[in-house]
Amino acid sequence: MSDCRRQWNREDELPVYLAGPIPTGQNLRKTYGMFSSVEGAFESKTIDFDQYAVGRRGSRTPRSGSRERVLDAGDPVGKTSSEGREGSPTDSHGETDDVRPGVVVTQSSAKESPDGESGRLLIKGGRVVNDDQSLYADVYIEDGLIKQVGENLSVPGGVKVIEANGRMVIPGGVDVNTCLMKPHLGAQPADGFLQGTRAALAGGTTMIIDHVSPEPGQSLLEAFECWQEAADKKACCDYSLHVDIPQWNETVKDELELLVQDKGINSFQVYMAYKDVYQLSDSELYEALSFLKQLGAVVLVHAENGDLVAQEQRKILRMGITGPEGHPLSRPEELEAEAVFRAITLGNRVNCPMYITKVMSKSAADTIAQARRKGSVVFGEAITASLVTDGSHYWSKNWAKAAAHVTSPPLSPDPTTPDHLNTLLACGDLQVVGSAHCAYSPSQKAIGREDFTLIPEGTNGVEERMGFVWDRAVAMGKMDENQFVAVTSTNAAKIFNLYPRKGRIAPGSDADVVIWDPDSSKTITAKLQQSTSEYNIFEGLECRGGPALVLSQGRVVYEEGELQAQQGAGQFIPRKHFPDYAYQRVKSRNQAQSKQGVTRGLYDGPVCDVVPTPKYITPSPSARTSPTSHQPQPIRNLHQSSFSLSGAQSDDYIPRRSGHRVVAPPGGRSNITSLG
Amino acid sequence: MAERRGNWDKAEDDLPVYLARPGTADQVPRQKYGGLFCSVEGAFESKTIDFDALSVGQRGSRTPRTAGRETGQEAQSPVSDNKISPEGNVSPRVGIRTSGGKEVLPRDRSDRLLVKGGRIVNDDQSFHGDIYMEDGIIKQIGDNLIVPGGVKTVEANGKMVIPGGIDIHTHFQMPYRGTTTVDDFAQGSKAALAGGTTMIVDHVIPDPGCSLMEAYDQWRQWADEKTCCDYSLHVDITHWNDSVKQEVDTLIKEKGVNSFQVYMAYKDYYQMSNSELYDVFTFLAERGGIAEVHAENGEIIAEEQARMLQMGITGPEGHVLSRPEELEAEAVFRAITIASQTNCPLYVTRVMSKSAADIISQARKKGNVVFGEPITASLGTDGTHYWSKNWAKAASFVTSPPLSPDPTTPDYLNTLLSSGDLSVTGSAHCTFSVAQKAIGKDDFTQIPEGLNGVEERMSLVWDKAVTSGKMDENMFVAVTSTNAAKILNLYPRKGRIAVGSDADLVIWDTDCIRTITAKTHNSAAEYNVFEGMELRGAPQVVICQGKIVLEDGNMHIIAGVGRFIPCSPFPDFAYKRIKARKQLAVLRAVPRGMYDGPVSEFSMSRGGTPSASARTSPTKQPVRNLHQSGFSLAGNPALCGEPIIFVYETS
Repeated sequence: MSDCRRQWNREDELPVYLAGPIPTGQNLRKTYGMFSSVEGAFESKTIDFDQYAVGRRGSRTPRSGSRERVLDAGDPVGKTSSEGREGSPTDSHGETDDVRPGVVVTQSSAKESPDGESGRLLIKGGRVVNDDQSLYADVYIEDGLIKQVGENLSVPGGVKVIEANGRMVIPGGVDVNTCLMKPHLGAQPADGFLQGTRAALAGGTTMIIDHVSPEPGQSLLEAFECWQEAADKKACCDYSLHVDIPQWNETVKDELELLVQDKGINSFQVYMAYKDVYQLSDSELYEALSFLKQLGAVVLVHAENGDLVAQEQRKILRMGITGPEGHPLSRPEELEAEAVFRAITLGNRVNCPMYITKVMSKSAADTIAQARRKGSVVFGEAITASLVTDGSHYWSKNWAKAAAHVTSPPLSPDPTTPDHLNTLLACGDLQVVGSAHCAYSPSQKAIGREDFTLIPEGTNGVEERMGFVWDRAVAMGKMDENQFVAVTSTNAAKIFNLYPRKGRIAPGSDADVVIWDPDSSKTITAKLQQSTSEYNIFEGLECRGGPALVLSQGRVVYEEGELQAQQGAGQFIPRKHFPDYAYQRVKSRNQAQSKQGVTRGLYDGPVCDVVPTPKYITPSPSARTSPTSHQPQPIRNLHQSSFSLSGAQSDDYIPRRSGHRVVAPPGGRSNITSLG
Repeated sequence: MAERRGNWDKAEDDLPVYLARPGTADQVPRQKYGGLFCSVEGAFESKTIDFDALSVGQRGSRTPRTAGRETGQEAQSPVSDNKISPEGNVSPRVGIRTSGGKEVLPRDRSDRLLVKGGRIVNDDQSFHGDIYMEDGIIKQIGDNLIVPGGVKTVEANGKMVIPGGIDIHTHFQMPYRGTTTVDDFAQGSKAALAGGTTMIVDHVIPDPGCSLMEAYDQWRQWADEKTCCDYSLHVDITHWNDSVKQEVDTLIKEKGVNSFQVYMAYKDYYQMSNSELYDVFTFLAERGGIAEVHAENGEIIAEEQARMLQMGITGPEGHVLSRPEELEAEAVFRAITIASQTNCPLYVTRVMSKSAADIISQARKKGNVVFGEPITASLGTDGTHYWSKNWAKAASFVTSPPLSPDPTTPDYLNTLLSSGDLSVTGSAHCTFSVAQKAIGKDDFTQIPEGLNGVEERMSLVWDKAVTSGKMDENMFVAVTSTNAAKILNLYPRKGRIAVGSDADLVIWDTDCIRTITAKTHNSAAEYNVFEGMELRGAPQVVICQGKIVLEDGNMHIIAGVGRFIPCSPFPDFAYKRIKARKQLAVLRAVPRGMYDGPVSEFSMSRGGTPSASARTSPTKQPVRNLHQSGFSLAGNPALCGEPIIFVYETS
C-alpha cells in the first residue's frame, strides 16, 4: 500500500493533467481507449471493497431496504424531497463566474438546463485521498452517490464541474462523538442538531454520530425516538446515533435488542463514572458486555473510576476548592487509566470489542496501546480538545474560561499530552478522532459557579476537529494524508459499520466529499465560528488546513467560507450489527477459546464435613456467589445438622486433623486407584 | 557499600575464618591499636552500620523496649529453654562445644552462645566475624571477642551466617468452615524453623461482621500457646464501618499491629467496594498502617465462575480458568491507583503472575510506594498442575490468585525479586488435608484455598535465585528477611545481624541438596506442592531467641516459647516518602473574583447528568437551595428550548 502511495505522492504539486503522462499504471490502461467501460477502469486503483463490505449494495436504495425497513420507508422519499428542496446549487450557480484561485465551479453549458435538479457533479483534477492510497482521479457524483472515480470519465453533458486543481479530495469527516441534545439539569446544550451540524459541515465533517442520553429509568426507545425526531428536523448532514445505557436491567435488554434489530443502532455507551447516576458496577458491566457482544454491538465506555471520583470530589470540596480547578484535581488521570485498564480487562474476559471514548491523558492512551499490543480488541478515541489543548486552563483566573474547559475525563494538566496523543494517533495506537462536542454557554456553565461538580461538562470541537488534526499531526509530519483520512473518517466508518458507504471515495459510496486545502490558515475565534457557544476553547489558536469545499449528499454545502447548509437535510443512517472491523477477530477467538474441563475419575477419598452456613468461611467464600452453591447435596446437609450438635467446632480440630491424616495418604493415593 | 563487601567476599568463602584472616587488610590493623584490651563495644563500629543512631524503635537493651507494650507475653519467654539437650554433638562441619570453664552449670539458663568463624551476611554487606549472644540478644560482633567462660560455641567454619528468615504471610491454624488448616501454630512454626525461618507473621481473619479485636485476641491466644518462634500478626479487614475503624485505631495504637489486609475478591463476602477501599486506605495512611491487599477482581471472578460451572467445568482447572491472571493485574492496577490517590503505602500480597508483577514494577518506576510479595509457590512452581488427572494433586495447588499456567512465570518472578521490583517473599502457607480439599470435589469454588511453603521458602529462593546467579547473598537476606522487617517496622531488631538485634540466626549451607517430599517435611499436610523438587541450599543450624533449635537435622523446639512482637506504626521504609509527599501534595484553590455573569436556570430534579455526583457531595450549601427555589419561578426548565438566562446579582 505504501509503495503505491509513494508513487502518487511524488507528484503532489503537479496538477493532474501534468502529472498524468508520467505514471505508468494509468498510461497502460489508457491505451485501451476511451471505449472501455468506465466501471472497470478504476478497478486496479480502488480496492474492490464491494466484495468485503458488510452493508454493501449497488445503489443506495437496496441497502437501506434490507433490514432497516421500518426506518427507511421514508428514506427514498426524504431523499427526493431533499433534492427537491435543494436550493444551494442554484445559489452557487451565481458564483460560477467568480475566479477563485483554488476551486472553480463551472457549469458546462448543455441541454440539461435545470442544473441542480439531477445533482450531477464532477470534481475534476483532484487528488483522491483514501486511507490506503492517493491517486489523481476525477469523481463523478449523481443522486448523492459517487458513481465513477477515474480519469477520462464519460459523463453526461450539463454537469456541474468543480475544478479541484490538484488539491486533495477526501472523504467527508465522520465525527463519532457529539452530544447535541444532552440535557444537563434540564438545560440543553447551546448547540443543538442544527447549529451542531452546521458547525460540523463548516469544518469538513459530513456525518456525526450523536449520543442518545436517556435518564436513568427512562426508556431507551423513547429517548432514541426523541433524539431521532429532533435530528430529522434539524440536522444538516447525515447522522447516526449511539445509545447510552444509564442502568442495567431486564427491560433494558429487550430495548437493546429492539434497537439493534429494528432501529439500526450498533453502538452503546456504558459509564464507569457518575456514581449513583449512570455508573455500572463491574458485574453489571460484565453482563452488559456479554449481552451486547451477542447482539454484535460495539461497546463504548466512558472510562473513569466513578467511586474514586466521588470520594475525591468530596475531599476537594471539603478543602474549600470550589472552582473549576477542582474538576481536574478530583479526576486525576490515574483514575482514567485505571478504568481504561479495567474496561479492557472486562472486554478481554467477555471477548467483546471495546471502544474507549474520550481518551484524554497519556496514561490512558498508553494503557490502550499496551493492550492492543497484547491483542485486545480495543479502540481509542481522542477528541479535538485532548489533541490540541491541555488542562492548564482550569487554573485560569477567568472563571468562564476555566469552566469552558470542563469536560470528563478532564483535559490533562500535563502540557505534553496533546503531542503524545497525536503521536499515538499517527502510529495507529489510537484509531479515531471525535469531538465530544457538547457546548454550553457560559451562563449554563455558571450553574456550577460555587461548586465545580455542578458545572455542565462539555467542550466544543466539531468544527475544529479536522483542521486541528491536520495542523497538529499532518503539518507536523507525524501523519500522512492517508492516515489523516483514516483517523478522521475511515476508521470510524469501519468500527461502526458504515464502511464503505462513508469514509471512502469510491463508486457506490455516499457523495460526502471534501476538497481539502492544506495551506489555508485561520485563527480560531468564537466570533467567526458556526457554533453558537459564546466561548471557544481554542480561541486564538492558529490552524493550518481546512476544507475548501464540502459536499454533503452530493450537494455543495460549504465553499470558501460560505455555508449553504439546509436544515433537515440530514438523514439517519442505520448501522448493522457485527461490524467486521471489530468482530472478525472476536468471532475466531470465540471458536479458539472454547474451554474444556479435564476428564478425571471421581474423587472417592474422604471428604471433610463442613458447616454449610459458613460461620467460618475463609479464602474461598466466593463459593457463595456461585450458582451451584444453591444446590448443596442433601447428604451434606444431614451431616451438618448432626455435627452441629456434637459440640463447639473450635475444640475439635486436633483429633479431627489427625483423623484426616490417616484416611487420606499423601498425594491422595485413593484417587489414583479410582482412575485405574 | 559494594566495595566494602567486595573486600570481604574475595575468595574466602570456603576457607575457615582463621585461615582467611592473614590475607585481609582491614582487620589486622585494627587489632594493633587496641589489642585485646580495647573495648569490644567499639570493635565492630566500622563493620556494622551504627543503626542505633538511625533506628526508630531504638533502645540500649532489650528490656526497656519490650516492657513498653507486650508486657503480658514477655514474662514467660526468656526462661524456658531446657530443650537444648544434645551435649556432645560432633557434626562434620559445624562444631558446637562448651568451653570447660567455671560457668558450666548455668549454661542452660544464661543462654550464652558464640558463633565463631562465620561469614556474616546482612542485606548491605558481608563480613567475617564472630557473634556473641546472651539472653536472646546479639551482644557482640567482631573478631577476638571477649566472652565469659563456659560459653557454648558453634563453629561456623566460614559458612554464611544470615539473619533468620521472616515469613511475612502465613495462615496457621486458620479456621475454615468449622475445621482448621492442618498446620496449627506449633506444627507450622516448627516447619518454619526447619526451613530457616525464625519469625512468622500470621493473618488474623475475622468473619465479616465480627469484631476485629475479638479475632485478634483469639489468634493471640492460639499463637501464644503454641508457636515455637517469634510471631507477629496482620489483621484482615473484612468489612468496614465506624466500629471497625475504632478497632483498627486501637490495634495500631495499643496492640502492636501495623498492617491490615483488605480484599478485592470474594464477592459478597470479604470484598470491598472502591469507595470502601478508599476510606480504608485514607484511614490507614493517617494512622501509619500498611495496607495489604488481596488483589483480584471479585466481581468478574464471580461471573466467570458461574460461566465455568455452566459449561460443566467443575474440577480444579475451573479455578484457574475462572481467575485468569488479567483479573489479578487489573486489581493490582486499581489498588495502586487508589493507594496513590490516598497516599497510602500499599503491599500486594501473593503476586502470582507476570502481568501483576509487571504492573507493580511499573508503578514503582513511576514512584508509587508499593511492595510486592511473591510467595514460595509462585516462585517455585506453576499452574499447569491444575490440569492433573489426579484430582487430589490438582486440588492441592488451589490458591488465590491461582498459580499462573504460564511455565515461565516462576523464573520471571525470581528475576523481578532479584532486581528489587518485588520486595519480599512470603509463603502464604495455608495447608488443608486432602479430605478438606475434597469439600469441593464436585465444585471447584468450594475447594479450600491454600498451599504449603513456609518450610521450603528460604531454600527455594536460594536455589532459584541465588544459585542461578540472579541474586547475590545480600539480596537473598533482603528478600527473605530484612525487607519484611523494615516494612513491619521491626528493623533492626529483626532482619539484621547487629549488636542489639534479636539472636535469630541461621547458619546457611549453600551446598546442601535435599529433595522435597511430603514424607519428610515438617508440615502436617499430606501433599507437598514442591514434591520431588531438588533444592540446593538449606539451613544447617538455626538459632532462635539465642537458642539452637535446629542442628544437623535435629530439631529442639518447645511450643509456646514464641513471643508476640509488636509492630509500631509509620515504618520509615514506607512512610518516609509518604510523609514528604503529604507536605507537597497540598492543593490550593485558585483565588478569583466571583463570577458575575448570567447564570442559566436549572432544575436539581432527578435529571442530574454528568455532574450529578454532586448529589453525593456533602458540602451542598443550603444557600444554593435558596437560589434554586427562588429562580424556579423564572420559567419552566422542562421547556428545553433556549436556556433561560437571567442576571444573578452578587450581593
